[in-house]
Amino acid sequence: MSIENNVLVKLNNVGLKQNQKWLVQGVSLQVEKGKIVTLIGPNGSGKSTTAKIALGFYKNIEGNVEKYTSNIGYVPQKISIDWTLPLRVNDLMLLTENLSDEVINESLTLTGVKHLKDKSLANLSGGEFQRVLLARAISKKPDLLVLDEPVQGVDFTGEIELYELIKELSLKLNCGILLISHDLHTVMSATDHVVCLNGHVCCCGSPSEVAKNSEYKALFGEQASQTLAIYEHKHDHVHTTDGEIKKK
Amino acid sequence: MLDDFFIRALVAGIGIAFVAGPLGCFVVWRRLSYFGDTLAHSALLGVTIAYSLEFNIAVSIFLISSVIALILIQLQRKTNLPSDALLGLLAHSSLAVGLVVIGFLTFIRFDIMGLLFGDILAVNKKDLFIIWFGGALILITLKIIWKPLFASTVNYELAEAEGLNPDRAKAVFTVLLAAIIAISIKLVGVLLITGMLIIPTAMARNLSDNPQKMVIFAIIGGLLSVFIGLFSSLEFNTPSGPSIIAAALVLFIFSLLKVKQTIQLKN
Repeated sequence: MSIENNVLVKLNNVGLKQNQKWLVQGVSLQVEKGKIVTLIGPNGSGKSTTAKIALGFYKNIEGNVEKYTSNIGYVPQKISIDWTLPLRVNDLMLLTENLSDEVINESLTLTGVKHLKDKSLANLSGGEFQRVLLARAISKKPDLLVLDEPVQGVDFTGEIELYELIKELSLKLNCGILLISHDLHTVMSATDHVVCLNGHVCCCGSPSEVAKNSEYKALFGEQASQTLAIYEHKHDHVHTTDGEIKKK
Repeated sequence: MLDDFFIRALVAGIGIAFVAGPLGCFVVWRRLSYFGDTLAHSALLGVTIAYSLEFNIAVSIFLISSVIALILIQLQRKTNLPSDALLGLLAHSSLAVGLVVIGFLTFIRFDIMGLLFGDILAVNKKDLFIIWFGGALILITLKIIWKPLFASTVNYELAEAEGLNPDRAKAVFTVLLAAIIAISIKLVGVLLITGMLIIPTAMARNLSDNPQKMVIFAIIGGLLSVFIGLFSSLEFNTPSGPSIIAAALVLFIFSLLKVKQTIQLKN
């Protein structure tokens, strides 16, 4: 376990019940400075809910959340801007913080969308909008970044670039990142700690540990666990579907 | 100078336009126009209470509108009815109760038309003080809650995640809405206050590409509507509220020309 003052947010056995149904239950995890924690899991497994619990959205949760910072940058999963509200990229950048022009330019340059600064948000493509949202979240140099599928709709090369940027930021700003992603490839290559959710914590650990876990395979299929092979050695054993390990 | 009723109405209208512009923008952005209507309808009840208890009208309206807003929030939590049905329920029942109470108060002579549509002759010096002093308070408060209110208007979760406390901003904004209704009822009337809030704003939307511009254009639109409306009210002896709103409508129609131009340019 880490030194207490490096921990930014810590979830102790949290759960949330809505309409007599548990959305998530028994989740424990912590995000530390300079570390990336990634939540993976199928649709409806409670990834976004867990992130929102960590952000303190819900009042009646089971368990408790310890938060050690209030300087948070957030990229929500879904955001829709009403056309009745005329908003340029620059206005969105200033939404929660008064930033200097310099800082805004710098952040937009990092995510590759500085040329869109004076454009109306209504005219951006999905991928461009995602890049702007990411720029906004990092512009205030947060201690904790919560990114809910931050690269959805971004083109393939952009996706790799942005994940590299996220990783770089965690080191440069020394901020902790709670990341939700569907992209197992990137998750496995750029993460310090993986939490695999399916209503509860299926398994967690370093990417290589998780990839070996049988529950992870049951959730994502044999194919998914192969993704790690690209980055790592070949395994000397195989997992059967019932969780047995057989030596080759 | 303030002894002339027309000057008084004009000064009152200018004060209201300055407050209605920014508040109206939030009403449009947050889709609250029917909510504003409901508060305004309940204002009539406030007027009757003020008369029967010999209480200040503006204060009475402000209190009743705030109470109605609180009841609405409670009803939204506790019933399964959709918001628009609840708003309709409160708007019409409070208007009806207000009119029924007026029927009972036979010992007081009411100018119902004046209450519903505004009366240019009704504004006295005390009202001017309430409008300008109350209006300044409203604007200062709005300035204080601007950041959390605006951020949560764009995206509630973003504002909450980054520690801006959007619920408090929303509650304060509701009170501000009740306050502007209270200060503008004499000039514009119960039925048309929402128009004063949203028509200049709708015009401003057609002319602006960012929120600050929209607020400024909404204020300018409101001021022009007040000038044109009050002068024609004086000239043609029409009720002041409808004249101001009709002027705002004309401005809105002109602003559509600009929209048409932009669309043509894009093609």
